[in-house]
Amino acid sequence: MTEEKKTGWLSRLRAGLKKSSNKLSENIVSVLTKKKLDDEALEQLEEALLMADLGPAAAARLVADFGKTRFGKDVSETEIKEALAEQITVILQPVAHPLVIDRDKNPFVVLMVGVNGAGKTTTIGKLAQHYKQQGLQVLMAAGDTFRAAAVGQLKIWGERTGVPVVSGDEGCDAAALAYQAMERARKDAVDLLLIDTAGRLHNKNDLMQELAKIIRVIKKQDESAPHAILLVLDATTGQNAHAQVESFREMAQVTGLVVTKLDGSAKGGVLVALADKFKLPVHAIGVGETADDLQAFRAEDFARSLMGLEGDAA
Amino acid sequence: MFEGLSSKLTGIFDRLTGRGALNEADVTEAMREVRVALLEADVALPVIKDFVARVKEAAVGQDVMRSITPGQQVVKIVHDHLVDLLGRTAEPLNVGVTPPAVIMMLGLQGSGKTTSSAKLAKYLTEQERKKVLLASLDVQRPAAQEQLAVLGQQINVVSLQIIAGQTPVQIAGRALDTARKEGFDVLILDTAGRLSIDEELMAEAASVRDATGPHERLLVVDAMTGQDAVETARRFDAQIGITGIVMTRIDGDARGGAALSMRAVTGKPIKFLGVGEKTAALEVYHPDRLANRILGMGDVVSLVEKAAAAIDANEARDMAEKFMSGKAFDFDDLAKHLQQMQKLGGLSGMMGMLPGIGKLKDKLKDANVDDKLLKRQEAIIRSMTPAERKDVDLLGAARKRRIAKGSGVEVSEVNKLIKQFLEMQRVMKQVKKMGKGGLLGGLMPKLKGGEMPDLSHLMGGKEF
Repeated sequence: MTEEKKTGWLSRLRAGLKKSSNKLSENIVSVLTKKKLDDEALEQLEEALLMADLGPAAAARLVADFGKTRFGKDVSETEIKEALAEQITVILQPVAHPLVIDRDKNPFVVLMVGVNGAGKTTTIGKLAQHYKQQGLQVLMAAGDTFRAAAVGQLKIWGERTGVPVVSGDEGCDAAALAYQAMERARKDAVDLLLIDTAGRLHNKNDLMQELAKIIRVIKKQDESAPHAILLVLDATTGQNAHAQVESFREMAQVTGLVVTKLDGSAKGGVLVALADKFKLPVHAIGVGETADDLQAFRAEDFARSLMGLEGDAA
Repeated sequence: MFEGLSSKLTGIFDRLTGRGALNEADVTEAMREVRVALLEADVALPVIKDFVARVKEAAVGQDVMRSITPGQQVVKIVHDHLVDLLGRTAEPLNVGVTPPAVIMMLGLQGSGKTTSSAKLAKYLTEQERKKVLLASLDVQRPAAQEQLAVLGQQINVVSLQIIAGQTPVQIAGRALDTARKEGFDVLILDTAGRLSIDEELMAEAASVRDATGPHERLLVVDAMTGQDAVETARRFDAQIGITGIVMTRIDGDARGGAALSMRAVTGKPIKFLGVGEKTAALEVYHPDRLANRILGMGDVVSLVEKAAAAIDANEARDMAEKFMSGKAFDFDDLAKHLQQMQKLGGLSGMMGMLPGIGKLKDKLKDANVDDKLLKRQEAIIRSMTPAERKDVDLLGAARKRRIAKGSGVEVSEVNKLIKQFLEMQRVMKQVKKMGKGGLLGGLMPKLKGGEMPDLSHLMGGKEF
């Protein structure tokens, strides 16, 4: 997530987003190759945004704003793409914040939450690698005690990254494990403690209560912890992402988002609507399965990639 | 799932049916709302456009407008088109071939392939009496093979021995050999999650397909997927050739639009629904029932089937015989009954399938129907002595206090349970007089008739 890696992550993201955004931009191109922007053109523009998962409300708003300034004018494909990318950047810019680890906290505690299969365990492994490289002493806690072999999965990440893992038996109490991990992190003077949790659907009240309990137990050792609660969102998710953010924010006081699987054909367009509605920072994005595939979220790059624009803005 | 979409649609339709006459503008307006509702439910845009156009065409026809109940006619048209979209009949799994039948599970990372593989194995073992072999070809995700092995142990299904360092094609070949030699009926191949645009991994999946000739190639798709669902399905179909779809996380609150669009786009049927984290939480997909659920008309047939599968037939018969022999209904019987209710997915699980409940959902939340109630009631019974369970008259104030303490509830809750018990005992006596079967014997025909059983006594008697 450093500047040196910028070219690397940009090309990765672009390679991933390209196939999808090509379709989006093709849709736009086919409608608007230097011609008057009329109602029909705007409608098709809206449809292109809808296909990118922006959702009915956000798509309608973007198109309305766009039409206000340019209606009836001759516009070219690139102009439209640039203008839309700019509009999307304005929405995304305020939420593009990397995760800041406060070194005064001993340890800084990060709790990962999310629905099943979003990519929590993989993201923890990537985060561990990243912060270890930065010279922090990191500890991981295998808090997904429900899914078969989830503990084993995190342990392998531990071996790969050389980061120790606190684990219990499968099926043991996740809150108790979090407590143990806190104890050990404090004893070993760890800088950063990353706690995994089992995937849970946000509409299952009992499972959400269990999450609340984990947080309560962590607070018994450090009232200010967890210092960051990251909701991991799968980029293929559609409008249900709204419900996920809403529930996890309410039940677990989520402080930021990590968006995974952005290297697929899914566009992750729902992020635009989420940024507008919840203003939660987007700390990182996942663009692959290896430890290096976790990157900082950059509003302009994301917006431009989404619109299929090459290179950085001048 | 689907509650969100169904409550939106019923809202739109309520307004429509509430009116005497309809004109074209009314229908157009309603269809615009339907379009937004479907978009919010993640139905693919091309599918929505086609759907709305066809419904509109059928709905503004002369016959509809002239009928006495035009609104209901429109709802019927939407229902019929929805069923068209979902498919008319359930399409069974093609496992009746010369063994071993090979099933290949495909999908994106985190869509639920491994869990679905285990669920399918359990389903085929228990419902279809097949001898199933599980094999994980996932050499990408750490500990993925172990995950399937652990799940196999949990459901008592054999999984292929893990040999480190083998490629997916090698594992698949070994699995097929083992299945042939050891006489397995079905081989389920769980593959690594892959992106549809990852050419290398897609080519690998194609070689596994070519090496094993799977009879079923099932694409596992998360119900929360957005517009990308159809793109993914299309690509997997083009490159691997899928035979069906498994939708997972139906138990979330996603509106499940992907289910509506994928069949329309690929022409491939949805075959199974994943409805929970437990290995038994898999349902055969019935399109007509799903359409009913989406339109808030309930799904009684599934409930009855679930009941039939979950309730031990012998236990039910024993109970029936007990009543017929004239023995009184006691707390032990009530405990059994409570356990049977829990097997059906608890109160909320059962009620989701009952007609008309969709509209009541919010009220139900207020009424605090929690599934723990059944467990608490069971705990109360378990805190009674055997003698107390046989004879309710023993329960004086001191005993009630002890029971409350033992089960961690208030005495008032014990009283409530006793009251309910006495009420049930009274009903049982009447049933016996009428010469009918036991509790469930009486309940089942009621369900089949589409009548809502009276569950209010189990909900703390709250009105809703």
